[in-house]
Amino acid sequence: ESSPHGTETTSRIEKILIANRGEIACRIMRTAKRLGIRTVAVYSDADRDSLHVKSADEAVHIGPPPARLSYLNGSAIVEAAIRTGAQAIHPGYGFLSESSDFATLCEEKGLTFIGPPASAIQDMGDKSASKRIMGAAGVPLVPGYHGSEQDIELMKSEADRIGYPVLIKPTHGGGGKGMRIVKTPNEFVDSFLGAQREAAASFGINTILLEKYITKPRHIEVQIFGDKHGNVLHLYERDCSVQRRHQKIIEEAPAPNVMNDFRSHLGQAAVSAAKAVGYHNAGTVEFIVDTVSGQFYFMEMNTRLQVEHPVTEMIVGQDLVEWQISVANGEPLPINQSQVPLLGHAFEARIYAENVPKGFLPATGVLHHYRPVPVSPTVRVETGVEQGDTVSMHYDPMIAKLVVSGENRSAALVKLKDCLSKFQVAGVPTNINFLQKLADHREFENGNVETHFIEHYKDDLFTDPNNLTRAKETYDNARFSATLVAACLCEKEHSTIKSSLPGTNGLLPIWYSHPPFRAHYQASRTMELELENEYDGSSSDFFTFSITYQSDGNYLIETEEVNSPGLGVKATLLHNQDFRVETDGVSMDVSLSAYSKDKIKHIHLWHGSHHYHFRQKLELDLSDDNEIQQNTNFETASHPPGTVVAPMAGLVVKVLVMDGTKVEEGQPILVLEAMKMEHVVKAPFTGHVHGLKVTAGQQVSDRSPLFSVKNMISLQNAWKHLSSYYMTVCPIYIAL
Amino acid sequence: AVSTTSIPWRSSKSIQLLHKRDFCLGVLPDGVDRNSEAFAQNSKAMEGLISQLQSHINKVLAGGGEEAVKRNRKRNKLLPRERIDKLIDPGSSFLELSQLAGHELYGETLPSGGIITGIGPVHGRLCMFVANDPTVKGGTYYPITVKKHLRAQEIAAQCKLPCIYLVDSGGAFLPKQAEVFPDKDNFGRIFYNQAVMSAEGIPQIALVLGSCTAGGAYIPAMADESVMVKGNATIFLAGPPLVKAATGEEVTAEDLGGASVHCKTSGVSDYFAQDELHGLALGRNIVKNLHMAGKQGVMNGLHNLNPEYKEPLYDEKELRSIAPIDHKQAFDIRSVIARIVDGSEFDEFKKQYGTTLVTGFARIFGQPVGILGNNGILFNESALKGAHFIELCTQRNIPLVFLQNITGFMVGSRSEANGIAKSGAKMVMAVSCAKVPKITIMVGGSFGAGNYAMCGRAYSPNFLFLWPNAKISVMGGAQAASVLSQIESGNKKKQGIQWTEEEQENFKSKITEAYEREGNCYYSTARLWDDGIIDPADTRKIIGFCISASLNRPLEDTKYGVFRM
Repeated sequence: ESSPHGTETTSRIEKILIANRGEIACRIMRTAKRLGIRTVAVYSDADRDSLHVKSADEAVHIGPPPARLSYLNGSAIVEAAIRTGAQAIHPGYGFLSESSDFATLCEEKGLTFIGPPASAIQDMGDKSASKRIMGAAGVPLVPGYHGSEQDIELMKSEADRIGYPVLIKPTHGGGGKGMRIVKTPNEFVDSFLGAQREAAASFGINTILLEKYITKPRHIEVQIFGDKHGNVLHLYERDCSVQRRHQKIIEEAPAPNVMNDFRSHLGQAAVSAAKAVGYHNAGTVEFIVDTVSGQFYFMEMNTRLQVEHPVTEMIVGQDLVEWQISVANGEPLPINQSQVPLLGHAFEARIYAENVPKGFLPATGVLHHYRPVPVSPTVRVETGVEQGDTVSMHYDPMIAKLVVSGENRSAALVKLKDCLSKFQVAGVPTNINFLQKLADHREFENGNVETHFIEHYKDDLFTDPNNLTRAKETYDNARFSATLVAACLCEKEHSTIKSSLPGTNGLLPIWYSHPPFRAHYQASRTMELELENEYDGSSSDFFTFSITYQSDGNYLIETEEVNSPGLGVKATLLHNQDFRVETDGVSMDVSLSAYSKDKIKHIHLWHGSHHYHFRQKLELDLSDDNEIQQNTNFETASHPPGTVVAPMAGLVVKVLVMDGTKVEEGQPILVLEAMKMEHVVKAPFTGHVHGLKVTAGQQVSDRSPLFSVKNMISLQNAWKHLSSYYMTVCPIYIAL
Repeated sequence: AVSTTSIPWRSSKSIQLLHKRDFCLGVLPDGVDRNSEAFAQNSKAMEGLISQLQSHINKVLAGGGEEAVKRNRKRNKLLPRERIDKLIDPGSSFLELSQLAGHELYGETLPSGGIITGIGPVHGRLCMFVANDPTVKGGTYYPITVKKHLRAQEIAAQCKLPCIYLVDSGGAFLPKQAEVFPDKDNFGRIFYNQAVMSAEGIPQIALVLGSCTAGGAYIPAMADESVMVKGNATIFLAGPPLVKAATGEEVTAEDLGGASVHCKTSGVSDYFAQDELHGLALGRNIVKNLHMAGKQGVMNGLHNLNPEYKEPLYDEKELRSIAPIDHKQAFDIRSVIARIVDGSEFDEFKKQYGTTLVTGFARIFGQPVGILGNNGILFNESALKGAHFIELCTQRNIPLVFLQNITGFMVGSRSEANGIAKSGAKMVMAVSCAKVPKITIMVGGSFGAGNYAMCGRAYSPNFLFLWPNAKISVMGGAQAASVLSQIESGNKKKQGIQWTEEEQENFKSKITEAYEREGNCYYSTARLWDDGIIDPADTRKIIGFCISASLNRPLEDTKYGVFRM
């Protein structure tokens, strides 16, 4: 193995270390493999069995789960690259992707950093600095104040100049932390001081910038690419307006409702921005577009490959990771601006483990069932997890990115909706249902997106428990789904039992033929299902079904509710979890997943565009007889509290304390000899010994009182002590 | 026509063809003319019989009446059939026996004889269930209740099926103690059977789900393992009232013999259940842990079982249209066989000889069986053929299926001179001694010695079921009336008494009526002369269940007695 130390970058990359995890690590490896480049994964303890580790040719452990000790530990990663002989490091997104220090470290160690030059990362990392550079390069900026002078009076007057509403924003950091919208001048001072405090706490730097706040903005970003020969081109824009908690959830390319000349102006501005910092490799220039005025302003530049890059790849038919590698190899861009095609429209939906109604709070748990939609040239699923994996609290709770493309926006949208309804995740709550609602919204369908879209249409997008019409409809749908679940569970159970029969009695299978035989009546059973409301975790609806096995093999499923006639359901098990159900002359495909957690059986059903989650109590816990266990240990009712009785008939061989002595819990009091063995009788708890009258040599009968221990204060707790004491220490009987 | 040298050249196709031709050999023709008047009449008549049967069944399925059922539910108790549903494997079958036991037997109704019995699988192991119905006379044992309990145990012993007793009974029905308590096949036999079966390694499991008083207390006590349900189950030799009368001690039922007392202190019971569902789950668990108990040397089915069986070619439902209600009308038993056996394939033995008895080999759910079916009166030849065929089956360990539709052996001087009694005796000897599983289905009449030769109740078939049109008696009502009136007429003549035609007719009709009533299938099934009345359309399935249960024991060699030659 030749050491990568000191080798010239003219030699091509043959092995890449991916300094990331999850879907992006997997995605980079896929391209690398196609190009014949070997891959090295790094992983923390939490990711030992992760897909990205399994997908790599080699994997190196770099530390414990917290990111700052593993995926943010630049030196450990660089060392891993050197150990495995990787020539290059791809940082993915997040973690170290926008750390100029890390990029510098790589270069110092002779490793190729697949990304922009460290200087460009640094220039763009400081928001105020980047805006200064952009302003100088003629890129339009949001009216604002980006000065280093942070005097509150000056800031206030700047705000007045810009005009309200005004956005207060820390110069460093992101994710919406420390941001404030000030609607009127008198709110300014409080908001400003708050933002400063938060910025100081989060990023250690409390410089603040001011910007005009745009009321109905769109977030449109341009994918740019540069090589080391000074060429920069753009690959059209993406609209990432639909956001929650300032994070994108649906992105699309190209931006809807945008004229062609606007598109080329935007592209030009982005290229100028990149050129202004001597950029090469992949980058994204974010603009804020004022839908009212049609003006666009530079916001920031992301010096990395972004999460949503696949939508761009879909519409230009290129592999951006491949471009990144070839640029890192020093090659020129494969095409020029005029050769960039525009092929239809693409959407990306980010599927997160999260609690939508609880403010999109990240959720954790085991992916008991995980079945993404099948991929095709127009459907991509970028994922870093498999069924059985855990979505942990350590990292981003994104499960997958669903990317679809179509000839035009509406064709792509149809496909997106279809794929979302067939994307099956069970075990953790997800935002899939919410994404479906988004995609179904008429304004989204019309392309009228803006960054406040979710806030704006929250009444349509969130289930209002007080809406009775909607509640009734939901209930009816849930009941219908529960009916299908009942039929499928019976069918599944039947096939499971039949296939697990012991092969000894040749005719045994006929006892399990369908429907089960009964003499002159039809077999029936009851089943209880509880609707799990994934959104607020509460369960309100109970369904109790009576299921009759009809002679034609159908299930007649009835509820006790009045005015709800029974439903005949025919369920056919197609494969493992897939069924074809027929009811009332209509047949359809459904999928069912069941798993057990905390003595509860969870059942998920997907049919049409619906996904329902039910709970069922598992069979009784057969070992649950604590009640009787507890009672059998003590037969003590006839003695006053604290009395210690002889565990069996025997001879007192030693008395260790005087009557009235204060003793500690567990302290030996006397020794009995019985059945050729010595038994030490100890104090059950701390207190004073009372009534100790037995003496050495005295014979005591079974269960005769020996002494008592009294302690007024701890008497209430005595029982608790006693229980554990008796289990473990010695066989004496005590009355309380 | 294939020479041995050409074997390497013989294509697999030709082998298949050869096999195919083999299969076609014994395929029975349809044998039913769907457009005939008889077909329509038979269907209609059977439909009437089935709906009558169903209405009787519906009554017993309701248990001991609305009030009693409500009281039962209030105590968080399930009905006996529901209890069994929770014990058998989910979605599996249950072969209930003698549903109409006790039908019109006493002055009061006693649905299903107050006890539910039957066979079903638990964790893949066939078990015999004996479940008291507490809604029927408090689950007390009437004479027929005892008989049904003992019959279930008899089957369990014969088939080596683990017994699960679902106990919820007040013990013997005291007013009828004379018919319940003292005799050999009375109450005490239940515990005797438990002991003997346990000794043979047949697991005895008691789930005490309600009261279990006096003699009944021995059911859990004699069991290998028992479960008691907190609150509902009690076991004591004498209940609180009797204790107070005898000793003056005042004690509640729970303190006297509840689950805690017996699980903690007395050791009468082994498992403490929090509630009934828990108790039933514990019952399933006990079966799960039986492992090899009672299974030593069990062959579990015969080796030449064909797992890929075919359904009969003709609709099993047409079995409802074949048997005429009038027993004087004959029908070809082959049309019944064609609707019972796999692929309607029946390889007939001695087809041209003794044609009134049809014998042959077939398979049911892949399991080889030997079938004997009546196509008329038994003659000398038919009886000899029957004995021969039974010998073949016992040598080959092939279970026997008897399809009874028999008016009896041929009578008359020629027949007697030919030694019909001798021939009949041979067949009866063969039937009696045959140690292979025997299943009898009465699809029509069962009269006289024909009942014996065709494995009637006295010949201990493993199972015996009736079609709703079946009739059982020593001879036909008309014949009996004629015989008895001839004797009576002779007696009267001796005494010089004038017997008018009208009186004679009256005498005859009374006898005919009595025979009609007592030969009825309900009269039979109420008294447990059989294991139940079945829908003809279920015949194949039920024979399958019966053979399956019967094969749950080791094979036994048959030893015959002296055949009179």
